[in-house]
Amino acid sequence: MTVESTAARKPRRSAGTKRTAAKKPPGAQPDLVQLLTPEGKRVKNGEFDAYVADITPEELRGLYRDMVLTRRFDAEATSLQRQGELGLWASLLGQEAAQIGSGRATREDDYVFPTYREHGVAWCRGVDPANLLGMFRGVNNGGWDPNSNNFHLYTIVIGSQTLHATGYAMGIAKDGADSAVIAYFGDGASSQGDVAESFTFSAVYNAPVVFFCQNNQWAISEPTERQTRVPLYQRAQGYGFPGVRVDGNDVLACLAVTKWALERARRGEGPTLVEAFTYRMGAHTTSDDPTKYRADEEREAWEAKDPIQRLRTYLEASNHADEGFFAELEAESEALGKRVREVVRAMPDPDSFAIFENAYADGHALVDEERAQFAAYQASFADEGEGDQR
Amino acid sequence: MTAEKMALAKAINESLRTALDSDPKVLIMGEDVGKLGGVFRVTDGLQKDFGEDRVIDTPLAESGIVGTAIGLALRGYRPVVEIQFDGFVFPAYDQIVTQLAKMHARALGKIKLPVVIRIPYGGGIGAVEHHSESPEALFAHVAGLKVVSPSNAGDAYWMMQQAIHSDDPVIFFEPKRRYWDKSEVNREAIPGPLHKARVVREGTDLTLAAYGPMVKVCQEAAAAAQEEGKSLEVLDLRSMSPIDFDAVQASVEKTRRLVVVHEAPVFLGTGAEIAARITERSFYHLEAPVLRVGGYHAPYPPARLEDEYLPGLDRVLDAVDRSLAY
Repeated sequence: MTVESTAARKPRRSAGTKRTAAKKPPGAQPDLVQLLTPEGKRVKNGEFDAYVADITPEELRGLYRDMVLTRRFDAEATSLQRQGELGLWASLLGQEAAQIGSGRATREDDYVFPTYREHGVAWCRGVDPANLLGMFRGVNNGGWDPNSNNFHLYTIVIGSQTLHATGYAMGIAKDGADSAVIAYFGDGASSQGDVAESFTFSAVYNAPVVFFCQNNQWAISEPTERQTRVPLYQRAQGYGFPGVRVDGNDVLACLAVTKWALERARRGEGPTLVEAFTYRMGAHTTSDDPTKYRADEEREAWEAKDPIQRLRTYLEASNHADEGFFAELEAESEALGKRVREVVRAMPDPDSFAIFENAYADGHALVDEERAQFAAYQASFADEGEGDQR
Repeated sequence: MTAEKMALAKAINESLRTALDSDPKVLIMGEDVGKLGGVFRVTDGLQKDFGEDRVIDTPLAESGIVGTAIGLALRGYRPVVEIQFDGFVFPAYDQIVTQLAKMHARALGKIKLPVVIRIPYGGGIGAVEHHSESPEALFAHVAGLKVVSPSNAGDAYWMMQQAIHSDDPVIFFEPKRRYWDKSEVNREAIPGPLHKARVVREGTDLTLAAYGPMVKVCQEAAAAAQEEGKSLEVLDLRSMSPIDFDAVQASVEKTRRLVVVHEAPVFLGTGAEIAARITERSFYHLEAPVLRVGGYHAPYPPARLEDEYLPGLDRVLDAVDRSLAY
């Protein structure tokens, strides 16, 4: 049984009794849903196999393609930051399976509330990757219409979006619709009050929302042990809904578990917490220096669990993909990188008056006044260079 | 009969009822707003008539109330949330400032956040700590929010209608010590714009500008001053963001003197902003510096001292005398 039920905590031992051996040795992995081992072997899972039972070789290649292209996009953006074209970048390197697996589990009418690292989920939702770069280049603070792909704006304040997701899901329930919401957040966000409040609200109102926590082990320099003393997925039981831990580097398992959770939501069975146990291979953002707080060996150990390599091994071993497929994908990947480079470099600075745009939907007298002052000030430079001494 | 007399709290209740009745997307949310009808009974009877799906009792979590209201607004609803008391809004301040205020701009105008946040505010009811504050400047300072406060029942009815219809988030400060004051509500009137100030008493010697609970104090001050032969104009600002500076300027250029009165601390407050703007706009019309009367730079005091803290008739008239002495 992988789904956390309402197993009661062990009672405190009474005075005089001997400490008995714990069920699991300290530090042992709690149950982890896995369908594809790090070695690329397909393993059975009685509970979740059903959710990927009918997956076709073409769909498997599709998942692989998504992960490869997402990684390529991410690498290109990291390079562009290093070249001074982006002010900052939050890399998803290592989290491709968690994002593609969960993202591909969503239906078109579902709604996604991301943090600022869900580039792979955005890809699954059909958001043009170029749209994600505007805020990192500094030409806008969001930049896309959330309703065109049901993919909300990136949220930088940690955990805030889990409440927006819950509210949106409450709205879906009110509308009598059968779509669902998925909210992304990280292990660090699990410490935020808003995340706790979103668990409370979603449970109380039975909201159709899936909380998808990517536990990538580090919140900048703080390890997960600084956020919690219990495995994160176990938090759910205290709120009265199921929590499950999935191998976040296993795209099939992420797909299956998220589908299961979304279907529960659609059936009116309320929220689920999915903890995707994964690893952030790179820095928190390009401003971060992980060599200051974590050991190389740790990264190396996780490299062996690489989400892309394990699916490739499986595709090759099961004859689901040939050399031609990988060569074609390589070319597609190059083309994507080139396009991203070109799009970023061609991205124009916004018009100066964008400062005042959309501050309010219905307008605001002070904004109008200050826009006019700004215009007059800008206009005062019109004669400059004609010897006019100010 | 088109006008009826009712208490300010009742006027808001009637306004919410009208909104719930006319638009199925309007929701009421908050702690104790359902069966109890709110601790001030402003939502009294609404859950009974519109159901638990429209008038929603929430968990005791302010950030959760505002955060989920944002999500509901994104889904197409128009939530009107109640924060039980002024001092309890701060757990939700992050959601209001970092999310609610900015989301429309971040989406380049593609989404709207029609959320109304009702906050009973201000002192004068002998309450305990965190139940008597006036934090309006903290909200007015944030671009993306609109901040209003009615001073009487008629305004409260219409301003609530307008706030709910607004596609921008509106912080609706309700002067709790005026909840039981009665005045006329004309449901068939054509109300003025939400952010327009109103001259509630004409005068020629000095302008008193106030909003919310202080409008009544200023009206009383003007009546007292008249007995001393002074003619004071009283302006009800009604909105702290935006502020109707044109109305203040017009009044000041007639009376040439201005005293701004509010319960909130004077330092960096609404009055400071008005003093600065009016000095800039009407420098050559002023016979005296713009004076401010308000709270002190101190925590809101215990109830037994609040009469010292809150501007009353004497403090307003003292400022009037100081202005006229220039």
